[in-house]
Amino acid sequence: MTDDTLLSARGLNLRFGPVPALVDVAVDLWPGEVLAIVGESGSGKTTLLNVLSGRLRPDDGVVWYRDPAGKLHDVHAMPAPKLRALHRSDWGFVQQDPRAALRMGVSAGGNVGERLMAQGLRHYGNIREQAIDWLRQVEIDAARVDDMPRTFSGGMLQRLQIARTLVTHPRLVFMDEPTGGLDVSVQARLLDLIRSLVARLNIAAVLVTHDLAVARLLAHRIVVMQRGVVVEAGLTDQVLDDPQHAYTQLLVSSVLQA
Amino acid sequence: MTTLLQTAGLGKHFTLHLRGGLTIPVLQDVDFHVAAGECVALVGPSGAGKTTLLRSLYGNYRADQGSIQVRHHGAMVELARAAPRTVVDVRTYSMGYVSQFLRVVPRVPALDIVAEAARGVSPEQARTLAAALLLRLNIPRRLHALPPATFSGGEQQRINLARGFIGRHPILLLDEPTASLDADNRDIVVGMIDEAKALGIAIVGIFHDVSTRDRVADRTYSVAPLQDAA
Repeated sequence: MTDDTLLSARGLNLRFGPVPALVDVAVDLWPGEVLAIVGESGSGKTTLLNVLSGRLRPDDGVVWYRDPAGKLHDVHAMPAPKLRALHRSDWGFVQQDPRAALRMGVSAGGNVGERLMAQGLRHYGNIREQAIDWLRQVEIDAARVDDMPRTFSGGMLQRLQIARTLVTHPRLVFMDEPTGGLDVSVQARLLDLIRSLVARLNIAAVLVTHDLAVARLLAHRIVVMQRGVVVEAGLTDQVLDDPQHAYTQLLVSSVLQA
Repeated sequence: MTTLLQTAGLGKHFTLHLRGGLTIPVLQDVDFHVAAGECVALVGPSGAGKTTLLRSLYGNYRADQGSIQVRHHGAMVELARAAPRTVVDVRTYSMGYVSQFLRVVPRVPALDIVAEAARGVSPEQARTLAAALLLRLNIPRRLHALPPATFSGGEQQRINLARGFIGRHPILLLDEPTASLDADNRDIVVGMIDEAKALGIAIVGIFHDVSTRDRVADRTYSVAPLQDAA
């Protein structure tokens, strides 16, 4: 167990006009750990994800990322090309809508291989082989490698996005409602896939979800947000089974039992 | 014998913010310990706080006062105010828990659920161990490949038990492990607890069934109900 965090944020503040989206937020993430950000819509959870991943600049505060050599980088002070390179290599981002992340006019294999080519891989045979291997890992039939994503179902598209994200072996993956908008049966399979891949590859992840059950199954730790403020944070099962803050108690007690 | 888990002055209350901040004290000044190879049964009337104590020991409930010391990687570690990742590490290496209800990712086969809780063995060995444990608990092979969502209560409980025992954590917490089992399966669980004790595993349990409790427990610890504060 190392004491060095992979990602650390301190004093994050951001306002959209009169609306506070982040109020003095601090976050730490250690290697191999899954952190869930939960809260209702408008609580600031996606904003926090975008700020942590450098896609959105805060008014105030800092986000540090520690590279494999142990060197710290101020994410929002990095030159844009360096941040883009980080997003292509060490980091991955899984969006709620796979259509926004995938290239719909490029084959499934091409979508996965593209990330490898962006890293400088040029041997077509190797790229195709790795793409097929990753389609298999996300349970997409290898025979579909040359098919266009538009012929895929929603669940398959999301799995394709995950293959495209993980093919470069990122150390840190940001996920925005990765199981949102999917049928529950597809959701269950995707949850199992994400959980086993993250554990097997020892990937750290920051996961935004409004679904407390998803957070319970995937995350080691949880951060509860309300109107831009982190109102409670801690061990996932402790926060969900013994919530201390009034808002967390309301969230937990409002979940429908199937 | 070496003490593996020890509390001092442990206290726990619940504050219900949705009920106007109503405070319910459950545990006060709990001094409890368990040694290697020993089984301690928590006893007391329903609602006295036995499960609350067990869950506090596991870090599932947050202790408000006092200390919980747990032997972890050869040293005593304070769990009551530990960082979440310390608790995760303690649960990985030192302390297992069998809850009353199985909570797992849907659509994952029973065998995988048990195998992934194994520690320090290869994935193949884990599956072999898991299959053996499930068979021992009378879960026939044809059920191993099925997700347990459709299993009976007793079958789910046995999946939960297999998952708890496969890790061979030095400390094992059991919440009503035999509650929905028939006499044959209860005997099997008693056998598993005896074997765990012989391996030096410390066990803390709540046993609904008095005859099971008398067979496995070396001593009991009484949890008395507190008066509700206004």
